[in-house]
Formats: sequence, structure tokens, C-alpha cells
Amino acid sequence: MSFVNEQKYFASTDGSYIEQDIHRLWPTFTVTVVDKQTGKFKTRDALSAPMGMGYEYLAGKASEKISGPNDLILYRYSYDMVEDAVQAAKQAKEKHTAKSIQPGKYDLVLDPNHLGLTIHESIGHPLELDRVLGYEANYAGTSFATLDKWKSGKFNFGSNIVNIVADRTQPHFLNTVGYDDEGVPGKEWELIKNGTLINYQATRDQVHMLGQKQSHGCCHADSWNSAQFQRMPNVSLRAGKEKLNVHDMIKKVENGIYILGRGSYSIDQQRYNFQFGGQVFYEIKNGKITGMLDDVAYQSNTQQFWNSCVEICDKDDYRSFGTFRDGKGQPSQVSAVSHGSSTSRFNNVNIINTNSSANI
Amino acid sequence: MAMLNEQEAKKIIDKVLSYAKADETSVTLIGERIGNIRYARNTVSTSGEADNLSLAVTSIFGKRSGTATINEFDDISLEKTLRRSEEIARLAPENPEYMSLLGPQQYSKSNTYSENTSKINPLYRANAAFASIQPCINKKLTAAGYLQDNTGFIAIGNSKRLYGYNKITNGDFSITVRTADEKGSGYATQNFTDASRLNTKAVTEIAMNKAIASRDAKELAPGKYTVILEPEAGGELLQLLINTLDARNADEGRSFFGRKGGGNKIGEKLFKENVHIYSDPFNIDNPGSPFALDGRRQEKISWIENGILKNLYYSRYWANTKGVNSLPSPSGFIMSGTNQSQSDLIKETEKGILVTRFWYIRAVDPQTLVFTGLTRDGTFYIENGKIKHAVKNFRFNESPANMLTNLVAVGKPVRISGNMIPPMKIKDFNFTSLSDAV
Repeated sequence: MSFVNEQKYFASTDGSYIEQDIHRLWPTFTVTVVDKQTGKFKTRDALSAPMGMGYEYLAGKASEKISGPNDLILYRYSYDMVEDAVQAAKQAKEKHTAKSIQPGKYDLVLDPNHLGLTIHESIGHPLELDRVLGYEANYAGTSFATLDKWKSGKFNFGSNIVNIVADRTQPHFLNTVGYDDEGVPGKEWELIKNGTLINYQATRDQVHMLGQKQSHGCCHADSWNSAQFQRMPNVSLRAGKEKLNVHDMIKKVENGIYILGRGSYSIDQQRYNFQFGGQVFYEIKNGKITGMLDDVAYQSNTQQFWNSCVEICDKDDYRSFGTFRDGKGQPSQVSAVSHGSSTSRFNNVNIINTNSSANI
Repeated sequence: MAMLNEQEAKKIIDKVLSYAKADETSVTLIGERIGNIRYARNTVSTSGEADNLSLAVTSIFGKRSGTATINEFDDISLEKTLRRSEEIARLAPENPEYMSLLGPQQYSKSNTYSENTSKINPLYRANAAFASIQPCINKKLTAAGYLQDNTGFIAIGNSKRLYGYNKITNGDFSITVRTADEKGSGYATQNFTDASRLNTKAVTEIAMNKAIASRDAKELAPGKYTVILEPEAGGELLQLLINTLDARNADEGRSFFGRKGGGNKIGEKLFKENVHIYSDPFNIDNPGSPFALDGRRQEKISWIENGILKNLYYSRYWANTKGVNSLPSPSGFIMSGTNQSQSDLIKETEKGILVTRFWYIRAVDPQTLVFTGLTRDGTFYIENGKIKHAVKNFRFNESPANMLTNLVAVGKPVRISGNMIPPMKIKDFNFTSLSDAV
């Protein structure tokens, strides 16, 4: 378990005197099950999320649990670590006999504890304005979401149900602050509206390049001895407007995979091509979960993937995903950030078999 | 303040130990000055220097231990930190795997320090950046680069009269050059102990040439190809294999190096005969600390010889449990090579792909060591011994273990990220999809 208490004092010649006391925690574990007969080992990581909270997150309140498909227990803003450890041990064991995925095209049902990382990598990073301008070219990379695409006002980043919001005020989220490290108050703004790219993430000295007069408050330094620069705020997918839960979403899927948890993740330096895995995978056949799958990863292109988003569950399913260690800059700095979403469906996505992927 | 000599460091450590009331006490003192300059869009974006001295003290009562740290060095602060570590130790649960501290050790001297690097100042860094940026401006290219230099020392001591001190300098320079039309990108890097070896202009010229040559990349179908991995690319994948050489993970069945039915694969031939990987803290081109932070001596160790796994590294507890010599993990490694240049490897290649570097490598299957990642900043098609044209970047799904099984030839090793890595020619390297990224 990691606990952070960041006590920060900011003063500037512009007249700011700001004191902030920020808390966050990350309870996590990995269960490994070794089969000595076969020499194989399988793992399952915790389904917790790092939170902008204290010990209260570990209370395991029943009101914050969601009853998921296949008797899975999912956690909103309160986590039961022992209960999840029991669940994890059972699932890691089950992975030893799980069916290895047949590569091909599948409809994906992605849990928020998994989808958050896909949002982070394929939307959060390419919409950082310093990347778009070339300031990260030697390390983190540049971006496919160039200024001409934004200026056109017609760049369809995703389908028309995809609404992405940037926010530094959302309770319990890791990147929530009163003020950024230039003294700018935290706020909320839209990045993608009805699938169209409409804005970026910017600091005081960048925002005028977008013809905007107020900084987005995205400046952050990870220590007293680090230079502050543009970092990602909480970037989240808005919940669907229609009443929908994960059980009803799965009922409509003929040939799909339900994916939970943070797995392997990799994306190119301009954020086009990505490959993501997960912690737990379930086969969906004709609207029902038929068993556990193994060796699953999806490989896609950012714009194609977000345009394949056809359904998003409602706000009752909305949960957060996060990390303490988003890396960027030289010398490298870390930042803590959360991503909210509800379970979402993406149609016809390319799936590879990771066990045989090196021998395809 | 950060750079203390051996006597000054020992005086502080002895003072802290003199306050101790615990059964055992150990102290680590680290001083470091880190300087850097960063640029992008052909102009400097940030530069700075951080100078810090920090002390960590660990107190042990029985099998309970506690650690406290501080970067203030008056007597009151030092004693307060020591008492804090003792307080934490009394509250901590027993560690059933605790091993008593080591006694006095003999450490050989390693050539890890260079006066040239220790003298780097802001003017030096500005000139180094200018030498890199100006040629790019002259050719209407865009430079983004970073130079970092470290000068420091590590001193360790404990209540059993162990003491060690080592001075270190290190530097890294990396440069990405992009063409004005955003269709080409090239990268080059240099890692050094002695700054007199650094030439930012020469390194930048490599990146410039790659950027220009990589414009208008052609699409090649994903599949298995013979590749020539430049040392930067090969080193990244090899480091991932080295990271898994932990004996306990192998013995307990949680590693590629674990054996079916239990135990590890030491003594088994796992890779091609021409694979030799070792560590040597006294290597003149790649010096490392003569001791690990827990006081164990670092020595020349063969990890893989003629393709056979020779050694794994152990915690002291696990080595004691298994009754074997306790080897610490190496601070850097060396893959043996030949006198062949990278150009020689290209000349001997009928069809293949030259890879400058990889990006965003992540584990896909820890059992088989399959990783995924992408090529970046200069990927080229080779035909009949010559580079024919640039190709679009690929995603790969490949294992460094497969890679060492499919090793065809190696060239002369160069220093990359604290390791010595040769260019490598490898057959059947697995590219699984294309990326539009430049």
C-alpha cells in the first residue's frame, strides 16, 4: 500500500500565496498461482484504484460495491481488499484452465478499471498541448491530434456518444487540486464533444495559442526541485445518458469479450497504434458469459477504436481508474491522475493471442 | 555540499553510529549534483542543477527494522533521525527473513569518477546544446535534445564496522531530430563517465542523417524479418531479460528461468552458443560501483556463457536458504561482441530491417518473456547489403529469449545506458502490425 501526503506551498510575484495539503493512497497486490506440474504461472492484480482519499477507501462499504457479471464484485469509492484477494486467488487459479483466445474480431465490453488506461494513453496524452507543439519530441513523443485537425472543428476523434471531459475538481480523483503549480484554480472543460475534438490541455504560457484567455490550470511539478510544466488533468469519459447497466449491455453482445483490470499497455509515440491487455477476460456468446479466457490483448488505432464505441453504461456504473506514476519530461517527472468512465462497448476490435503472438 | 571526500563521509557515518542503541545499525550517505539542459523546437526549454546530500539510517532490534531519512546534517538532526529509525523499528513486525548485517569487507577501486564530468557547468551545457541545435537550424531541421550530468558519491557503514565509499560521475545525451514536413525523425544517444568523450555535434549529425533518410517511409507488411538492432534497441530488450535473473522468482516458479517441476535453469543451454553476457564493475569502458547497497562486493560475474545460464542473482536470505554463494544483482552488464562494425553487419545482410530504437516496451507474457513495443526514429529496409529506403514503424511482439536463440551475428559493443551492447543481427524477429507514427 502506498500513501502520499503532499504538503505544498506556492507563492508568486503575481500575488499568490497558496497552501495545499493533498492525500492519496494506492492499495494493491498481485496473486500468483504456480502449477508445478506444467511449470506455468498465472497472476491477477488487485481491482482497486489509486484514489485521492485516505484510509476511508479501505472500509469496504456495501453501498459502494457493484454486483458484476459472473458473481464479480466491483468497487466504486470504497474497497474491500481481503474480499478482492479471495476473488483474485480464485481467478488466478481459474486462468490455468481458461480457454486460450482464438485471434480475430470481437465486440469488447470494457470495465472502467480497465478502460481508464485506454483513455489515459489514447486520449489523455495526445491532447497534451506541449506534445502537440513538439516539446516532448525527444522523450514522450508528439501527437497525431495536430492543431490543423482541431482548427477544422470537424475531426471525429470518436463516435457521437463519446464525450471526454478534463477536470481538476472531481472529488476523490488523483489530479484534483485547488490550484495548479502556477497558481491557477482547478476547473472543468471539455476536450471531445459528441465525438469531435474541441480542446487540449494547456498552461498559462500556452493557452493563448488556442485563442483562449484563461489557463486550463495544468501546470505541475513533482517536487520542490523540479520545474513545473504541462501535465495531464483527470481526463474522463462521460457516462451514457440512457439507463444501462453492464448486465443489460452484455445481453446484446453476440460474440465478445468482457475485460477487467489493468494489464499490458503500449502505444506509439504519436498515439496511433496501441496494444492493451487486462487482468481478467470473459467470453461472451449470444448475450451470456460462457467462461474465462486467457492470452487476450487488443490491437487497434486510436481514431478507429473510439469510433467503434457504440454504448456507454449510465452514471450508476461510473468508476475511477488511476495511477501515481504517469511519466513525462526530462529529467523525468511523475504525476498522479485518475480517469472516470462507465462500462463501454466497442464493436469489431482486433484481438491477438499473446501466448502465441511471438510465433504468428 | 553534495561532494564529500571519503574522510568527511566516514566522519558523518561514524557520528550517526555513535548515537545508536539498537542491536544493529546501518547508514547510507548519498551526495549528488545533477545538472541538465533540455531543448525542443530548436531552443532551450529548461535547464538547472540540483545539489543534494541525503542520509538514510536503518536500526534493527532482533528481527524488527526501521528506516528514517534526512538531508540536514547538524548533530541534533542526525540524532533525531537515528532515534526515529529506532522508534519505527520497535513498532515494526518481525521480518522472518532478516539477515544480520555484513561485517567489514574489502572493496577494490573502480574507475567510476571523472574530473572532466565533475567540472561541467551551465556554460558547458549551453555550448553543448548550441553545438547540437545550430547544425539543425542550418539544415532546416528541428532538434529536441537532453543532456544530463551527475557527480556524486555513495558511502555505506554499519555497526559491524563495514565501510565503503565510491565516487561516481555519469552523463547522458540524447537527441531527436525531425524534418520540417514532419515526415522524418532520427535519434542518437551517448552515455559516458568521462565528459571528454562527449561530442554533441557528432551525435546530432547521426540523428540528422537518420531524420533526412527516414522521410517518405514505405509500407512493409508485418511479419518475421531478419533485423539488425542498433545497440540502443537491442540493449532495451536485453535489459528486460537481465531484470528477470532473480533466483528466488525462478526457484519458486514465477520466472522464465524457473524449471518445470521446481528449481531453476542454471546449467541449461538456453540460447545460441555466441551469447556471452557478464558484468564487471572494473571494466574500463563501463565501470560500476564495487559494492551493492547492502555491502556485498560486486565482482566480475558470468551470467550467460556460450548460451548456457551460468548464474542467477540472490538476496542474502535466499542464498542462505539454498546454501549457495550470494551474488547481488549487477549494476550494469556487458554482452560480448566482435570487431565487426554495424556497417559490416549490414553488408552481410541480404534482406533485413535496421532498427534505431524501440519505444513503449511492456510485458505481454512473463512466462515466455514476450514483450510488445514499437520501432521509432529511424527504421530502414536493407537489401543486398545496403540500406534501400525507410520503412513505416512496426509494432513487435517478441521475446528477448527468442532473440538470443535467433542471434546470427554481433558487432562491437558500445556503451548504452550503463551497459555495453553490440549491434545484433537476429533472424525471424516478429513484427505484428504497422504504426502511422513518425
